[in-house]
Amino acid sequence: MAEVSLHKLNKKFDTTHVVKDVDLKIRDKEFMVFVGPSGCGKTTTLRMIAGLEAITTGEIRIDDRVVNEVPPMDRDIAMVFQNYALYPHMSVASNLAFGLKMRKFEKAEIEKRINNAASILGIESLLQRKPRQLSGGQRQRVALGRAIVRDPKVFLFDEPLSNLDAKLRVQMRVELKKLHERLAVTSVYVTHDQVEAMTLGDRVVVMKDGVVQQVGEPLELYNTPANRFVAGFIGSPAMNFADVTLVENGGKPVAEAPGLRIGLPGELATRARAKTGRKATLGIRPEDIHIATAADAPEYCFDAAVEVVEQLGSEILLDMRAGAALMVASVEPTLRVRAHDNLKLALKPERLHLFDAETEAAI
Amino acid sequence: MIEGALWRRWVFYNLPLILFVFVLLFPFYWMIVTTFRPDGELYLPWNAPNYMPFWTNNPTLEHILYLFEETNFVRWMVNTMFIALVSTVISLFCGVLAGYALARLNFPYAGGLGTAIFITYLVPQTLLFIPLAEIIRNFQLGDTPWSLILTYPTFLIPFCTWLMMGYFKAIPKELEECARIDGASRWKAMVYIIIPVAVPGILSSGIIAFTLSWNEFIYALVFLSSPDQKTVPVGVTSELIRGDVFFWGPLMAGALLGSIPVAIVYSFFVEHYVSGLTGSVKG
Repeated sequence: MAEVSLHKLNKKFDTTHVVKDVDLKIRDKEFMVFVGPSGCGKTTTLRMIAGLEAITTGEIRIDDRVVNEVPPMDRDIAMVFQNYALYPHMSVASNLAFGLKMRKFEKAEIEKRINNAASILGIESLLQRKPRQLSGGQRQRVALGRAIVRDPKVFLFDEPLSNLDAKLRVQMRVELKKLHERLAVTSVYVTHDQVEAMTLGDRVVVMKDGVVQQVGEPLELYNTPANRFVAGFIGSPAMNFADVTLVENGGKPVAEAPGLRIGLPGELATRARAKTGRKATLGIRPEDIHIATAADAPEYCFDAAVEVVEQLGSEILLDMRAGAALMVASVEPTLRVRAHDNLKLALKPERLHLFDAETEAAI
Repeated sequence: MIEGALWRRWVFYNLPLILFVFVLLFPFYWMIVTTFRPDGELYLPWNAPNYMPFWTNNPTLEHILYLFEETNFVRWMVNTMFIALVSTVISLFCGVLAGYALARLNFPYAGGLGTAIFITYLVPQTLLFIPLAEIIRNFQLGDTPWSLILTYPTFLIPFCTWLMMGYFKAIPKELEECARIDGASRWKAMVYIIIPVAVPGILSSGIIAFTLSWNEFIYALVFLSSPDQKTVPVGVTSELIRGDVFFWGPLMAGALLGSIPVAIVYSFFVEHYVSGLTGSVKG
């Protein structure tokens, strides 16, 4: 049982304001992921929860206890670091035991917990080794084990997978997910990788420049991004953006740019109408663009010249120019396209996004 | 290793290495030869017909026996060992704590303080021994081992502090943070995690501190006067150079035997020592 709540949390290093007014409630047993580009304040926030960084203003509660002044050792948390931070002079077993010894657990209990954690992680055979005799993935497991044996209220993860190679990272990601399902402990996970955020998180916090941009379930962020930054950050390949002007055309609102005119459907049209004549940013994901057929309404179609064809096997990415805008489309792998071809493309109207050109907020 | 033709390897690798080793080891060789050379050969003029500077056909133990029987050499060894050990332990203790504080505790002017401590190490002993002699006299410590045990740390502590500060800085912060989350106080994190990890650094500063105090000359010369209290460097030079007569045999025997403990200490810890100086902490 543990909830973590952050209230008006701020952190300043000298004159730089790295975390600004973060308000967040992390529910019991939830896997919360902080994601954002480097320097966005996500790690600092995590370190404040851990007690490794002093809080400038604001409040952190674990359950109902304000922990602002509580030292890390008394917060009942466990943390997994990016570089694993295994104690190099101790065997794996002693690494796992250290936290329990510091808390004066009985020998038998320590042994029981070590064996339990080791069997969960499949590291029974490594217990007598020193950290330097382990591979990257094994070290990662030991670091996880050290957190598990403690049976803490909250797990904190600081980019734990970023030192692993790509293949291992995917594998460990799955294991982390299983582990969380099995242990059901409130977890806070920091990463700069949106794929990790989407796959692991029950909910995801997107941060930029110390400010929370949006909090929501992964698909919520993907489907209804709150602003242009979230839209561009979540999803791969990234969402296409085109600078447009909102105009009325025959009584209907359309988004217009040189060489590009896209109609706006339903509710989006209603919201856009209020901003007629203003500049805006049109957003559409590469996977929501396809080759136009007779079934596509002409106002959602546009012409584009293919510049680069990227064959990925499972899909083809087309880098195209539509008027002044550069766009990427993800199309069927069976399609035969070559660079410099001119194509007629269509987009899914219900998947269109519009952002205010000034505030960048979703319209 | 240098790639390429054999001559390249010789010119760029083997020859310089041989030259280097020769320059480093020749004094020891000279010491050994002189120690075992009888007086009759030692004082031959260089142009005598049977002059053999680099070898002797009549090795003798007379100089070593002289050293043990006619001088206080054993006593000097014991004195030196005691003084060097105690002052090294004191300096290491202070140096480790101060180095840790300067490297890890965030307090104002930590950087400036670190530099200031190092600067005190740079003040030459030839300047300091006069005021220090005054202090030693006031505390009535003259001619006792404590006069040196208490003055050696004046240059050993800054030295150890500086070395340990660098070493502690090279240890990833996360180790300590992890320990503190795991339930250790700052003190326990230092004792159980940081200091064990820093053992190579502690050993190397200990070895260097031990060597510095073992070889120290000027304070030992000034603060100690009775033959019983002297250290090896002072004892050997003051008792075996009488006026302008150099007793080369016993002198070299003393130097040779005096360097053995240091050599043993070095060879014992050489692996730790090297990794301590290169500052590598492998996770």
